Amino acid sequence: MQMTADAVPVLELDGLVRTFTTGGGLLRKGRSMTAVSDVSLRVAAGDIVGVVGESGCGKSTLARLAMRLIDPSAGRVLFEGRDVTQDHGARLRPLRKKLQMVFQDPYSSLDPRFTLRECLLEPFAALGETAPPGRVEALLDQVGLDRSFAGAYPHQLSGGQRQRVGIARALAYRPEVVVLDEPTASLDVSIQAQIIALLQELHRTSGLTYLFISHDLGLVRYFCTRIVVMYLGSVVEEMADPDAAPRHPYTAALMGSSFVPDPTERAQIVPLEGEIPSPFALPPGCPFAPRCPRVQDRCRTSRPALTQTTGASKVACFNPVEA
Amino acid sequence: MLLDVRDLSLRIGTVGLLDGLSFSVDRGEVLGLVGESGSGKSLTALALTGLAARMGATITAGSVVFDGTDLVGLKESAYRRLRGKRIGFITQNPMSALDALVTIGDQVDQVSRLHLGLSKRAARAHTVEILSRLRIPEAEVVARAYPHNLSGGMKQRVVIAMALAADPDLIIADEPTTALDVTVQAQIVMMLADLVRKRDLGLILITHDMSVVAQICDKVCVLYAGRVAESGPVRQIFAAPRHPYTEALIGCIPRDGMAPGSLRGIPGTVAAVSQYGADCCRFAPRCCRADALCSTQQPLPVATGTGGMLACHHPVDTPVTEAADADDR
Amino acid sequence: MSAAVQKTGMLGTIRRSVAWRALATIKGGVAGGFLLLVVLGAIFAPVLTPYDYDIQALTNAFQPPSLAHPMGTDEFGRDVLTRILYGARTSLSVSVVAISISLVFGMTLGAAAGYFGGRFDRMVMVVVDLTWSFPEILVALMLVAIIGPGVTGTLVAICVAYLAQFTRLTRSQVMALKSETYVEAARGLGASHAFILFRHLLPNCLGPVLVAGMLATGDAIILEATLGFFGLGAQPPTPSWGGMMSSGSGLLFKGPWIILFPGLCIALTVVAINLFGDVLLAKLDIRDRLRVV
Repeated sequence: MQMTADAVPVLELDGLVRTFTTGGGLLRKGRSMTAVSDVSLRVAAGDIVGVVGESGCGKSTLARLAMRLIDPSAGRVLFEGRDVTQDHGARLRPLRKKLQMVFQDPYSSLDPRFTLRECLLEPFAALGETAPPGRVEALLDQVGLDRSFAGAYPHQLSGGQRQRVGIARALAYRPEVVVLDEPTASLDVSIQAQIIALLQELHRTSGLTYLFISHDLGLVRYFCTRIVVMYLGSVVEEMADPDAAPRHPYTAALMGSSFVPDPTERAQIVPLEGEIPSPFALPPGCPFAPRCPRVQDRCRTSRPALTQTTGASKVACFNPVEA
Repeated sequence: MLLDVRDLSLRIGTVGLLDGLSFSVDRGEVLGLVGESGSGKSLTALALTGLAARMGATITAGSVVFDGTDLVGLKESAYRRLRGKRIGFITQNPMSALDALVTIGDQVDQVSRLHLGLSKRAARAHTVEILSRLRIPEAEVVARAYPHNLSGGMKQRVVIAMALAADPDLIIADEPTTALDVTVQAQIVMMLADLVRKRDLGLILITHDMSVVAQICDKVCVLYAGRVAESGPVRQIFAAPRHPYTEALIGCIPRDGMAPGSLRGIPGTVAAVSQYGADCCRFAPRCCRADALCSTQQPLPVATGTGGMLACHHPVDTPVTEAADADDR
Repeated sequence: MSAAVQKTGMLGTIRRSVAWRALATIKGGVAGGFLLLVVLGAIFAPVLTPYDYDIQALTNAFQPPSLAHPMGTDEFGRDVLTRILYGARTSLSVSVVAISISLVFGMTLGAAAGYFGGRFDRMVMVVVDLTWSFPEILVALMLVAIIGPGVTGTLVAICVAYLAQFTRLTRSQVMALKSETYVEAARGLGASHAFILFRHLLPNCLGPVLVAGMLATGDAIILEATLGFFGLGAQPPTPSWGGMMSSGSGLLFKGPWIILFPGLCIALTVVAINLFGDVLLAKLDIRDRLRVV
């Protein structure tokens, strides 16, 4: 899945920055935090790019920036080489047909008053189009739901079934890229495995490209062809090979924190100490420095840039783990 | 044995929700109670703490022997002295387990003042000691803070501190790490394992994630639709799972080096309570080894050689019968 | 503990909603039946009574309740029941029409303010809070003073007096619903603001707002009666319940029935509306039920 240098990526994020201001009022100035700071990402057709990080690392904001659901404070979003950063409202509609999203919470992502048929027809209704006949049934088939579900309401479905509806709705226009925002995070592991298998199947049969947002590095390593690790709004490591050993101490710590379903491998767990610092008061140097086991003096004062290591992999660290 | 549950059955109205559960946990031991949503894990926890009655549930059979006394039929007032004092409870959602308007310290103090009869000052000292033992930095400062000042992981530690405050013998933790990040989950899980060892507690860990079980449990009891599918020592269960459901649950966790497409999950979902069958294996509709026998006769739990139990007509280590084989094709 | 109860609480919820429904049929049936009676009485007033509401017969004045005049006659000899039936037309129609107009404006304003937020929202809320901070009767009195007494004045007064309430309620509902993921999902599908507002947000907040409108209609009947009592409502000879009570107040000892029956009518109607609103609220509150399972 390696991308050649001259190929135009289907989705490209270029130096995206997004700051949020909270609090504040008539007399008080709000505090601002940088949710995403200078993130660049190239997603080639057919790729499954995984964005991993803990809550608050900006991965969901990144997904919404890529979807053009929120505007970036700086940077560009390019789709098939075309800059769509300045597009709004009706001008975004051609993009909507090619770029779709599956949301994390299958409980609130479906309007409780709509039957599944209405949910699946909504993509067409939203653009004032009529769906081709049989589309609803085809979509239900595609995500492995019985056609008799068409008349059911979301509350009659289990979480896994609802997430299948969420996926079917995203597929309605036959998109090219689907942004998956933690589609399995609120599901049981057994249902998570079902959904991942379904997504893999759709990737194979429909030639989709995924941007997969997750907090589960084990899952991302299994599912994705390329991995981007985020910490506090910045990319700390890009792995061109999902099976490669991690170079950034944070990626290594993430890997060390995930449990293996094997009681004989217990000793390997080394939990990462401390917690993510407040995004309102970022340390001046490397954001990971306060928790890093490999921290050096310069890490606390200056910020390491994302630099190439082997092949297309990159790491932002002064003292990376040896390969 | 600290807690010995035998043949526990429970119903709400006419619906039997738990059907003959048996498991036990000793001091210094971690028991994993595993299953998907709807398997009856949380209800079991409520039944053990005597809270199921509030939901209109009645225990119809079985015994829950805690430290020598049977808790079934215990009066609410007696249960109240037990809950919090001898049996600690850790909930899934730390956000809703804490009162937003009361400081952390006061909430933890309450427990030790109520159950240990400590003075205000002694209770606070006790609280600070527990908080710092749970590796909460600057425990005195945190004790004066309100829940919204703390992160999710910190809040979960406070909930654990509340469960520990009265020095209980048994802790029941209902999915204590589901809402947390992986790095925080690792911290909390390792901390719980550490507590069990250092304070000689019994711990019942309720989870749907077999990798957490593998990490800290000594014994595991797999529930499916209100019945025990399989139980036994954790190493045994993981090395050679015998119930197809156990095997499938373990197979749901992605591991390094897994070939793409090899993660299949378990087809379908747990049957709704209203569709529980009596004379059948409730896992049969989702099972790759099921045959006609499984849908007409309930597999009764049989003791295995390793001190566990198994309820399956066609365990994994037996050859698949002709009928099931034909079905497969 | 609550998380665990939530997870296993579905049976409890089902039982409670059934109990609610049983209660609703009795309470809602009685209240709804009474309201229907009042409305039918108002519509079929000319058929139901042989008298006219405005023909004076001074010889017949101050008749106590009898078979010919079940509620007696007033100081001009007019049948009180007839005037109550015709008065229901004024009282009910003015209240219902005023509240309906108020609802439409309030929902539009509130939905727009809640959905778009920003400076528009702040502007709307300043005005709304300003009217909110005066009692409805004061706002209504000021407006009638400007427009002048009569049906139109009353209509506008009630309309404006309740606008703040509906705007606020719709705004808060829309703001809560706005953060639901299905709204974001609709945006991701390319839906326009109007599509999201009319297809997702307004239908989902319609229930509570309609119930609030229903309850406000009860209040509006009292407000209309109060304005009528002060002589600012419908002008004689058009009967209105408030106007009838006003003329009866001076004759409390000479003919207590003249004030008693319109007063009773107002009280019963308002109570019936409130009870019915309660039942509706319980029945319409489906969202919590949908959430749990």
